[in-house]
Amino acid sequence: MAELTEELPQVKADESSVPSADVKVHPAPDPPRHPRAGTPTVIVDDLHIIYRVYGAATESEKGNAANALMRLVKRQGRPEMKEVHAVRGVSFVSYHGDAIGIIGRNGSGKSTLLRAIAGLLPPHSGAVYTDGQPSLLGVNAALMRELTGERNIVLGCYAMGMNPAQVREKYDEIVDFSGIGEFVQFPMSTYSSGMGARLRFAIASAKAHDVLLIDEALATGDRDFKRKSQERIMQMREEAGSVFLVAHNLDVIEETCNRVIWLHKGKIKMDGDPKTVLDAYNA
Amino acid sequence: MSQPESAVADAQAGGPSNGTSAKQQEPLAKLAERYGLRRAIARPSLPVYLRQLWDRRHFVMTYATSRNVSKYSTSALGQLWQVLTPLLNAAIYWVMFGVILGASKKVENYPAFLMTGMFVFTYTQRSVSGGAKSISGNLSLIRALHFPRAALPLAYTIQEFQQLLISMGVLFVLVLITGEPLTVLWLLVPVALLLQTMFNIGASMVLARIGATSRDLNQLLPFITRTWLYASGVFFYIQDKVVDSGHLPQWVADLMYFNPAAAHIELMRDLLIESHPVRPWVWFTCVFWAVFALIGGFWYFWRAEEKYGRG
Repeated sequence: MAELTEELPQVKADESSVPSADVKVHPAPDPPRHPRAGTPTVIVDDLHIIYRVYGAATESEKGNAANALMRLVKRQGRPEMKEVHAVRGVSFVSYHGDAIGIIGRNGSGKSTLLRAIAGLLPPHSGAVYTDGQPSLLGVNAALMRELTGERNIVLGCYAMGMNPAQVREKYDEIVDFSGIGEFVQFPMSTYSSGMGARLRFAIASAKAHDVLLIDEALATGDRDFKRKSQERIMQMREEAGSVFLVAHNLDVIEETCNRVIWLHKGKIKMDGDPKTVLDAYNA
Repeated sequence: MSQPESAVADAQAGGPSNGTSAKQQEPLAKLAERYGLRRAIARPSLPVYLRQLWDRRHFVMTYATSRNVSKYSTSALGQLWQVLTPLLNAAIYWVMFGVILGASKKVENYPAFLMTGMFVFTYTQRSVSGGAKSISGNLSLIRALHFPRAALPLAYTIQEFQQLLISMGVLFVLVLITGEPLTVLWLLVPVALLLQTMFNIGASMVLARIGATSRDLNQLLPFITRTWLYASGVFFYIQDKVVDSGHLPQWVADLMYFNPAAAHIELMRDLLIESHPVRPWVWFTCVFWAVFALIGGFWYFWRAEEKYGRG
């Protein structure tokens, strides 16, 4: 208890820095199962993310011949590059043992925020400070459809930073967990979408993480696999310092998280315990 | 217990949303410092970066091999294309320049001369073009996983190196068929390839960084590499074309021979073709380019390490 009271000033600093939030509710302190419960794991300080999109054009600029001619006459270049201001001044602090759900409409900056926490998207201004290396749960981008499941397991494990001994150790476990059986010898392009998703989740969840970031990973596979993967996520949450979860399935958020951040147009609209925020979100 | 605290937070939340850190009791940056949290995105020092890259060597090798396997997995002839493509190119240039334009009269054993140039140049050209796409074409990978980004251009060059090993075997056979003797000099071929590979890695790192931000590079690159091909004396003898027949001053030829692709081609011809006149300084030029490109290219790429995710 003494430890918790000590933390109060920082919690206050945390809360006050959340910009333009309508409602402030301090997240219910997690049961201190972790020896370092209460110490910050991720600090997001007035973060702005701007990324560039190529080939984007608004409705009026789209390529009919007359517009193209007008642009030539006016000596304008093609409006190919657009800057998207995806995250606009987000600040919060997460603590050891937190499982934070991030909700919001499509395009509210949820995935961008996760990627910034993971250190994969450079901030335009502001900063993200982390304890250990946060990592996204996902290896999809490293896998190649033309290759067999076997090769993809090895490739995916190396891409996540394992060494050969760890790959050998985890290989059977991944095949078992994915439940794809002898299909592991066939190219991934021959898999059904469910099988592919199962194998990807099995590879991605084979590694332990300091700070775990999950982006909609739960909505894959059939019901049986969903239950299995949810159990795996719970287990990973026990091992990890903090978990961030982006999902459209609010039930999952309510079951898994002890704090919810509601993003709206790149800003935090609300930050607090799941019930309060979800009630407001659904209202 | 949480009640008074949220009241304080509520009272403080009225301020403007940006730049509130000055008003806080403790700025978040200070809090981060106090608990020893590090910036999520920060460029490691060069030695640390090199060690991280070394730790990812298995990924680099597996990624390169996997790309090679998947590249030809849909075509019926499969990996045979690795050999067929430069051969077909050499055949076209032999007809064009050797037969029609008569370049073969100036060079002894023109087929060996042409094929050596073609295979060596193709290695550099493909490494460089691959490197230019290695960052811009893998943004989703960069935005999903942590690894030193130099692993990507490196993997692309290694992929080309794996292809080169196959085409070099073919080249040896073809050069022997054209009547060249097997000499002791052939033992130096691995050294020449090492120097060329060092240059290719460095050059692909430079282009990877440029290609990461300027999207037009990929459209421009075919023209650049084609110009480079013509300037590197792949299908003609530079000394003869420029000075003896072209009546240009000697320094123009020297400058063209200083071009790294021409230097690597000349070096390989010196080793494989007995009748080929040895260029002075060719070893020196190749070593210079290898060291300069590798160190400079790596340094240049590392300088922008934390920016590669932005696109």
